[in-house]
Amino acid sequence: MQPVATTFFFYFLSGITLISGVLVITRKNAVHSALALILGLLAQAGLYLMLYAPFVAGVQIILYAGGIMVLFLFVIMLVNLERAQKEEQFNKQWLVGLLAAVALGGLLMAVYLKGSALFTEHIAQPVENSNTQQIGVMLYGNYMFAFEIASLLLLVAIIGAVVMAKKRI
Amino acid sequence: MLDYITSYLGSNTTPGQAGNVVWALIYIMVVFGGVSVAVMAMNWLERKALAHFQIRLGPMRVGPHGLLQPIADAIKLLTKEDIVPSEADKFVFWLAPLIILCASFTVYIVVPFGPTHAITDLNIGILFMLGVSSLSVLGVVMAGWASNSHYPLIGALRSSAQMISYEVAMGLAVVSAILMTSLNATGTGTLSMIGIVQAQQAQQTWFIFKFFPLGFIAFGIFAIAMVAETNRAPFDLPEAESELTAGFHTEYSGLRWSLFMLGEYAAMIAVSSIAVTLWLGGWMRPFPNSLTGDTWDLVFSLIPGFLFLGLALIAFIGVARMPKHPYFRIQTIGLAGFGAVLGLIGLVLFAPPVRDRIQDIFWFCAKVAVFMYLYIWYRATFPRYRFDQLMRVGWKVLLPVAIGVLILTAIMGVLF
Repeated sequence: MQPVATTFFFYFLSGITLISGVLVITRKNAVHSALALILGLLAQAGLYLMLYAPFVAGVQIILYAGGIMVLFLFVIMLVNLERAQKEEQFNKQWLVGLLAAVALGGLLMAVYLKGSALFTEHIAQPVENSNTQQIGVMLYGNYMFAFEIASLLLLVAIIGAVVMAKKRI
Repeated sequence: MLDYITSYLGSNTTPGQAGNVVWALIYIMVVFGGVSVAVMAMNWLERKALAHFQIRLGPMRVGPHGLLQPIADAIKLLTKEDIVPSEADKFVFWLAPLIILCASFTVYIVVPFGPTHAITDLNIGILFMLGVSSLSVLGVVMAGWASNSHYPLIGALRSSAQMISYEVAMGLAVVSAILMTSLNATGTGTLSMIGIVQAQQAQQTWFIFKFFPLGFIAFGIFAIAMVAETNRAPFDLPEAESELTAGFHTEYSGLRWSLFMLGEYAAMIAVSSIAVTLWLGGWMRPFPNSLTGDTWDLVFSLIPGFLFLGLALIAFIGVARMPKHPYFRIQTIGLAGFGAVLGLIGLVLFAPPVRDRIQDIFWFCAKVAVFMYLYIWYRATFPRYRFDQLMRVGWKVLLPVAIGVLILTAIMGVLF
C-alpha cells in the first residue's frame, strides 16, 4: 500500500518535533517541559513510521513516552518546583553556546549539501512487513555479542541501584 | 466514488490494509460507537450486578429496571457545572482527560473482531496496543498534578507506580504468548493481532491450553496485571475512596469526569480484548478443533440468534411481572418494546448471510463480555490491597513467575 500525503506528514511531524523541542528549554515550569518532551518523542515515533520502521516506532512509544517520561514526571512532581522556578533559567555562557550551535549547524548543512556524494550507498527500500523480523535477526544474529554486553551493562546498573538504595541487603 | 466504495466489498483484508479510506472511516465509526454503547451498557450492568451481589435492587427508577439510567446519567453529567479549581494548572487540567480518552480509544484500530473485521492490521499490532495504552498513565499523572491538591497528587503517584510495575509482568506474559506464534513450520512469529489468532488457528489450539500449564499461567498473570493496569478493584488504590476521596480525579466534575470514566471503561474493554486475542482464540468459536463438521458449524452459528431470543424472552417475563398499576404503564410498554427489538435482532441473526458474517464478531464480543463480568465480580468479592502488598505481588510474585514461564516456554518451543 502506497503511503498518502508523505510530504505533508513529514513537515507536520518535523514541525511538532522542533516546536516541542524549543518549548522544552523555554518553559519555566519543569512539568510543562516534560510534557513538551513527550510530544516531541511521539512526533519522532511518527517519523520512524514514515521510515518504514514500525518496530522502532512502537518501542519509542512504549519506552520513552510510556515508561521513561512517566518516571521523569514522577520525580518532577516530588521535587519542590517553587524554588526551581525562582532560579535563573539560562546561564551566561552564550559564547560557548553560540560556537556549539554554529558547529552543529555547519555539520548539518554540510551533510545536507554534500550528503548524496558522501554516502553513495543507496538504502534499499525496506519491506514494511518484515521489519520486526529483520531487527530480531540482526540483534540475535549479527550483533549478538554487543547486544548481550548491553544487557549485562543494564543488569549491572540495576544491581548498583539496589545496592545504593538499600542499606542492609 | 461509488466504484471506490464498492471495490472493497468482497475483499478479504481489513480496510486499512486495502487502503480504502471510506470503509476505514465507516469501520472507525462503527467500532467507536459500539465501544461507547458498550461502556454505557457496562455502566448499567455494573451498578445492577453489584447491587444484586450486595442484595440490593440497584437503579430501578429511570426506565424499567433502570435500563435508561446511563442516559439519565449522561444528561446529568453534560449539564453539570464545569468547575476548574482556581489554583489548578488550566491547560494541563484540560488536557489530562483528553489524553486518557484518546489513548484508550486509539488502541481499537488494531482490535481484531474477525479475520477482516478490524480497522487495520498493523505489523506491530500488539506492541502498538501495549504502547498506546501505556500512555494513559500520563493522563493520570497530569490530572493529579494539575489539580494542585493533595488527594489527587497522592492518587497520581500511586497510580503511576502501580501501572509501571504491572506493565513489566504484563509485557513478559505477552511475550510468552507471542513466542508461541513462532512455533510453526517456517519458524516466523508475528506481532500482528490478526496474525496471532491465525497462528492459533493453524496450531489447532488456543494458547491458553498450549504447553499446559504454561499458557494458562501466562494468561493468569496477564489477567491479574490487566486489572491493576486499569486501576480496578482490588487494585484500585489510585482512586481508593476511603483514603483518597476519588484519587486523581477528585477535582474533576461534570463532562471532564465523565471523560475519565469513558476512558477507564474503554481501556477495560481494550485490555480484555488483548487477553482474548492472545490466549482465547480471538474470533474463533469454542471447540473449533474437536467439534468439526457442518452440523456443529450450524449449531454454533445459531447460538447468537438464540441468545437474543432468550434475552427477549427474559424481557417479556419482566413485562408479565410488572405491577399492574397504571403508574407503570409506560414502563411496561417500554420494556415490551425493548423485548420486541431484541427478538427482532435475534430473528435477523438467523438469516444465513447475516449469520455467517456476524459469527466471529459475536464470539469475540462474547469472550470480552466474560472478562467485563469478571471485573464486576472481582469488585464485589475482593477487599482492596494495601500499597506495599500491591508492590510485593507485582514485583516479587508476578514478575519472577512471568520470567520463569517465558524461559520454560522457550525451552518447550525448542524441544517440541
